[in-house]
Formats: sequence, structure tokens, C-alpha cells
Amino acid sequence: MNLRGDFPLLARPIAYLDSAATSQKPRAVIEALRRFYEEQNANVHRGVYRLAEEATQALQDAREAVRRFIGANDASEVVFTRGTTESINLVARGWAAKRLGPGDEIAVTALEHHSNLVPWQRVAQESGATLRLLEVSGQGSLLPFELSPRTRLLAFSHVSNALGTVQPVARLVRAARERGAAVLIDAAQSVPHLPLSVRELGCDFLAFSGHKMLGPMGIGVLWARRERLEEMEPLLAGGGMVREVRDDRATWLDPPWKFEAGTPPVAEAVGLRAAIEYLEAAGMEAVRAHEADLVARLLALLTEVPGLALYAPSAERTGVVSFNLEGVHPHDLAAFLDLRGICVRAGNHCAQPLMRRLGVSGTVRASLHLYSVRAEIEALAAALHAARAEVGR
Amino acid sequence: MSAALYGAVIAEHFRRPRNQGALDAPDAAHEDVNPLCGDRVRIELRIASDRIAAARFKGDACMVAVAAASLLTGMLEGMTLAEAAAFPEARLLEALQAPLRPSRVGCALLPLRVARAALRGRP
Repeated sequence: MNLRGDFPLLARPIAYLDSAATSQKPRAVIEALRRFYEEQNANVHRGVYRLAEEATQALQDAREAVRRFIGANDASEVVFTRGTTESINLVARGWAAKRLGPGDEIAVTALEHHSNLVPWQRVAQESGATLRLLEVSGQGSLLPFELSPRTRLLAFSHVSNALGTVQPVARLVRAARERGAAVLIDAAQSVPHLPLSVRELGCDFLAFSGHKMLGPMGIGVLWARRERLEEMEPLLAGGGMVREVRDDRATWLDPPWKFEAGTPPVAEAVGLRAAIEYLEAAGMEAVRAHEADLVARLLALLTEVPGLALYAPSAERTGVVSFNLEGVHPHDLAAFLDLRGICVRAGNHCAQPLMRRLGVSGTVRASLHLYSVRAEIEALAAALHAARAEVGR
Repeated sequence: MSAALYGAVIAEHFRRPRNQGALDAPDAAHEDVNPLCGDRVRIELRIASDRIAAARFKGDACMVAVAAASLLTGMLEGMTLAEAAAFPEARLLEALQAPLRPSRVGCALLPLRVARAALRGRP
């Protein structure tokens, strides 16, 4: 798979190994944004002129593209948000906060990104519900667990953003179902990298971001089962989400519109659709295979670097590898790599509870996407050997 | 690695940090983290007749933060409390003699933030 020419930014002389933070954008996405503003820009929903109808249709076409991409039954189950964080907060505030109380339990794993932990801490504090963390080993793999009978919601990431490890979805979903608990999957790191279908995952809620899957920043998705959407209250009230407004009260539109108050990010939705079509053309199986091939090569190269500690090296994973070089702070190592044009992320990866369990303050993380190439991971490995030679100097 | 990355001053202070350690019953102390990376720095101060008689730091931190803590504690010793409380950020950044990326300025200023909090919070 060599698609580098499709990504204008990758003309820069860098090794871009930070796709788990955000992906680069193919020209098709950038062009879709430009075309929308040059040819279709109008506000959506209430316009009765042709241009506004076209913009409204563009938004709906994007919703349909998302539906198809995640194997959902109905496009009206697709809610546009600003990103994974907002999607999870919508469920936390709009669904969980009003339904949970003292004695109820929310379970998450100890390897969650803060965006799938902090909203639940808030719900627990405000509702009196108990938040439980399912424990992980010192290598970050989920330990055997049992959910309490009072569990009402299980929220977990499909793929760890810090380690790239794929979580045992079937086991987690089954455990939640046995307790009658709802399931939220943080799919920010899986939707961009693996073929998946919400029908097969069997969850109630699926949250992900557009910008990690080649799309624009500022748009994300919450998919939820129709019944859950009916139970959920909107986060924001205002225009675009109401049916009838009286002096003192209002009634709301049906999902998904009741969750999308204000002017929606139409251009971003159009860009997201272009990203989905780009990924579909590449084929998600091919994307997964490409990353699996590269990450296996990367792990092999990293194993040869003396003093390099890898986290969860043998786990099933996407194209993400976390590591530390003995005696070197992750940020200093990242700064050293940056001198060689290698872009990696260093720190706690918004997963401080996981870092504590790994016994480190942070790690260096290299992460791939469908445009990543061997030369980039070889440059990383060479630079790590050089760093190793310089330790203490 | 440190010299290539951040210049001679930071390299020297990272390799041989000054004033690293703790004080017996310090008159002021504070500890805080860098939200960027979770690095933790603690600063302890001995105060005698409105002057900083001794300053010590402890930190599990990056080269920039360790070197800054080493330099800062040295500069604080002997200052009046008023001088120390008004210690300018620019002076510490200058002393490090390295053009830091914007993302790393916070690493350099963490020890100063901790020292200021220690001075504010002293009994």
C-alpha cells in the first residue's frame, strides 16, 4: 500500500509516527472541504431554496456514509458531535447521569483515555453511583474480572490509545449483558484502523472522532441504538433541535437532530464522508493488514535496541507501539527524535491511571496509519540506536 | 544527548544537578506536577530572617526540568523573600541558555511555579 502521494503534508521530509493523535488528510478530504465552501455552502435544515437543500442533503449523505461504514441499521442512529470526547460526555450527561443513583455501578477499564474516565468520575460524583476500574497487569493487559450485579454501564476502549492493544470486546460485552448493563465502546482508535460493525460488536453506544480517520478536526460521531437515543437527553438546547417552541417550553425533534443544536459542522461532515470513501476504497481489511505488517517489523526492530522497554509487545494490536529507553525521559527522547524529523508522542497519553499501573510517568508512542511506510519505522529504529549511544553523554 | 538537545548549561546541570535532596524540617515546601507529562518536582526552602538560606529540590523529571530546578535553587539561595517571590520567568529561561520549543517552556518553568507556591503557602 503506497498512498503517500495522496497526502500533501507527507511531502514534508518527516517520519510522521503520531497518527494515533491525529491522522494526516488525503487530498480528497481537503478538496471536499474546499468544494463545499466554494459550491454548496448554506445553512442546513430550514432553507427552502435549492442551495440550502443541497447543503442539507450533503449533511444527510455524510450521515449515511457513517452508517454504512460502521454497519449500523439506520442513519438516524448516527449523531454528529465534535469528537469522541463530546460523544462520551453526551452519553454521560444525557443518558447515565439521570438514570443512575446510589448503589448503581459504572465500570471502566484501568487503561482508558481520560475522555472515557473523567466523564464517568463526574457522573459517579454527582449521581452517587460507584465507579469501578477493571484492573490491568503491569504490561497493561486486562486481568480477569467480574462485574457486580449492580453494574448499569460498562464503558471501555476497543483499542488502547496508549498501547495499541485490542481489548477483548466479546468477553466484555458478554459480561455486561449478563448483568443487564449497557455498553459504551470508545472506538476512537479502532474505527480508523480496523473493519468493524456495530451489529457485531453488540454495544449500545459507539464513540469516535473524524480527525483520526483521515477526516477533518471538529467532527465526531456518537452511534447509539434507537432505544438508547430515545432515552437520552440532549446536552445542548437551542435552534435546530426543536419541534415546537412556546413561551415557556419546547418540544424536541426526533434523534439524531435533537442532539445537534445549533448550526452543525456541515463542511466537516462532508470531509468526513470523503475520508470514509477514501478508507472504503483502500479497504479496511487492507488497512489492518498494512499496519499489522509494519508494526510487526517495527516491534522486531525495536527489540534490537539495547535498553529499550516495550509495553505489551506480544499483545494483539493495531499500529501503535509504546516504549521507553532506559535512563531517558520520554520527552527528552521525543525531542531527540524530533531533531531527526521523527514525529512521535511522549508523555502519559491522557492515560495517567494506566501509566501508574505500568510504573512509569510516561512512554514514547509511535503510531501508524495506512500511509505509513517502512522507511519511517527504519528511521525511528536507527534514531533509537543513536539515542542509546548518546545516553549519559 | 542532553548537550546536543538543549545546549551545554542544561547538559551540565542535568548531569550534575545542584541542590538535589531534602531539608530537615523545611520552613516552606511544595510539590506539583507538569500536566504535559506528569513530571513531579518538589522544592523545600529554609528561611532565616526573611531570606532563603537554603533551597533543595527533588524531581523525577526530564532534562529541562531537572536543569531548571538545579539552576533555580542556586539562584534563590540568598535572595530575600520579596525578591524570590518576584523572580521573573524570563530570568530562569535566560539562565538555561537554550532556545526551548514552546511545548517545553512549561518544563523549564515547573520548578519556578513550585517555588512560588512554596513561598505563598509557607506558614
